[in-house]
Amino acid sequence: MSSAVVRGLRVVGRLTVDGVWRLGAASRFMSIVLLRSATTFRRFRLLIDEVYFAGALSLIIIIVSGLFVGLVLGLQGYETLKRYGSAEAVGTLVALSLVRELGPVVTALLFASRAGSAITAEIGIMKSTEQLSAMEMMAVDPYARVVAPMFWGGFISMPLLAAIFSAMGIFGGYLITVVVIGVDGGAFWSQMQSNVDFWDDIFNGVIKSIVFGFAVTAIAVFEGYDAPPTAEGVSHAVTRTVVTSALAVLALDFVLTAFMFTGV
Amino acid sequence: MSARMPAQHDKLKGKVQAHQLVEFDGVDFSYGANSVLRNLSIDFPRGKLVAIMGGSGSGKTTLLRLIGGQIRAQKGSVRFDGEEVSSMSHARLYAARRRMGMLFQFGALFTDLSVFENVAFPIREHLRLPEAMVRDLVLMKLHAVGLRGAHELKPAELSGGMARRVALARAIALDPQLIMYDEPFAGLDPISMAVIANLIRRLNSALGATSIVVTHDVAESFKIVDYVCFLSRGQIVAQGTPEQMRTSNEPYVRQFVEGHMDGPVRFHYPAASYDADLGLGG
Repeated sequence: MSSAVVRGLRVVGRLTVDGVWRLGAASRFMSIVLLRSATTFRRFRLLIDEVYFAGALSLIIIIVSGLFVGLVLGLQGYETLKRYGSAEAVGTLVALSLVRELGPVVTALLFASRAGSAITAEIGIMKSTEQLSAMEMMAVDPYARVVAPMFWGGFISMPLLAAIFSAMGIFGGYLITVVVIGVDGGAFWSQMQSNVDFWDDIFNGVIKSIVFGFAVTAIAVFEGYDAPPTAEGVSHAVTRTVVTSALAVLALDFVLTAFMFTGV
Repeated sequence: MSARMPAQHDKLKGKVQAHQLVEFDGVDFSYGANSVLRNLSIDFPRGKLVAIMGGSGSGKTTLLRLIGGQIRAQKGSVRFDGEEVSSMSHARLYAARRRMGMLFQFGALFTDLSVFENVAFPIREHLRLPEAMVRDLVLMKLHAVGLRGAHELKPAELSGGMARRVALARAIALDPQLIMYDEPFAGLDPISMAVIANLIRRLNSALGATSIVVTHDVAESFKIVDYVCFLSRGQIVAQGTPEQMRTSNEPYVRQFVEGHMDGPVRFHYPAASYDADLGLGG
């Protein structure tokens, strides 16, 4: 019995030490990336390429997902609000749900799956095929040339994608409630306009998407750079990026929501 | 143990240069508990082509990584052109690396760039040259390795030998003082192997560079190198010219050169007795 307890404590201790060590390594890594980011902004072309890679190539999944989320929100919202005789408020419900919550969160989850995994895989494969070492030996800093542009490309893309997601969601909500069901279009837009506050709702949503963008992209570049240089190592790193990003986004969402919308 | 290659005297711009471009002095290095290099002392003379040979895990690639400053010696010193590598600042280290070229085992070409872009990469990163001049330089480097006509291809469209040649063109793009080759013959057919070997020799002479070739391949490397060093368990067990190595009586060298299955490098991984493992006998 006592040996089982000792074994258990040992496992918990090891996991804690590993976790703290990894957090320290990630913090050190991100400090280096941020310190060596000047090249990214001096050579703007590198940044544009990465915004295209992380942002533009994620547009299809963001637009389609945003549209469907908006369609579902519109349907569900209409059915619920109709019971209380306030179906015209469906525009407010769709907009608030999207800009405060679903836009940043769902975009971050999709972004982690599409762009985050691609960033991790690309850096991991470059490491395992010695491309990063080759770059180092050519006196080209891989942090400045590869990692920092990828980080900033993802960081900049994420809020833009979240905005597009929310816009598409609102459009989806409009389509299903106004065009298909027949809710009054004027009421849909005017209720939304009077009940959605720029600073309290939209701006806070933008802050969320910026925080999620930082978290997901930082996790993606760190996992790629830290991946063991084998096929299995890269595959595990990609999985870790998606899982850790999802957990980080949901946990951060709770913390941010608690501060922003409930006055904690 | 110390291995000093014969010195040669060079004068450049009125300044007497050290005879050795790279010097190892009492270097220890280990990965965790696994000791890779032990009190290693070896010099690499300017303008010479030196092969480092030895079995897997003997510390050959570690030696190259120490010279390039990718890892740092835990004891002793590694000097490049008279300057201690481990005490170089980030900027000094990168300045030193601009005077080095390295050919990786499988080329390490950037897979999203064409052959031309791969060779142009170090030139564009370090030199502010007009695009027309970059193009001329790249085509000259590719011509030197016989692949000018392949400049538009992607790395995925190249054979193993061609990829290695493109990587070689990229390694010499900035006309380095030191060229390091990590297993340049691994996985190549005999024709590609001979082509790479000849290129290494010709480029070394044409550029007046110092070359270090880490390899297992006795036949090809003995044809082209000036000196050979045999490493075993992180120490030098024999060194000299290829001719001296061919006639050496050192058991490790004999086993390596003649390809004996068993010898100082054992065929069997250490294990309990065979009978005990099979449950035979008392």
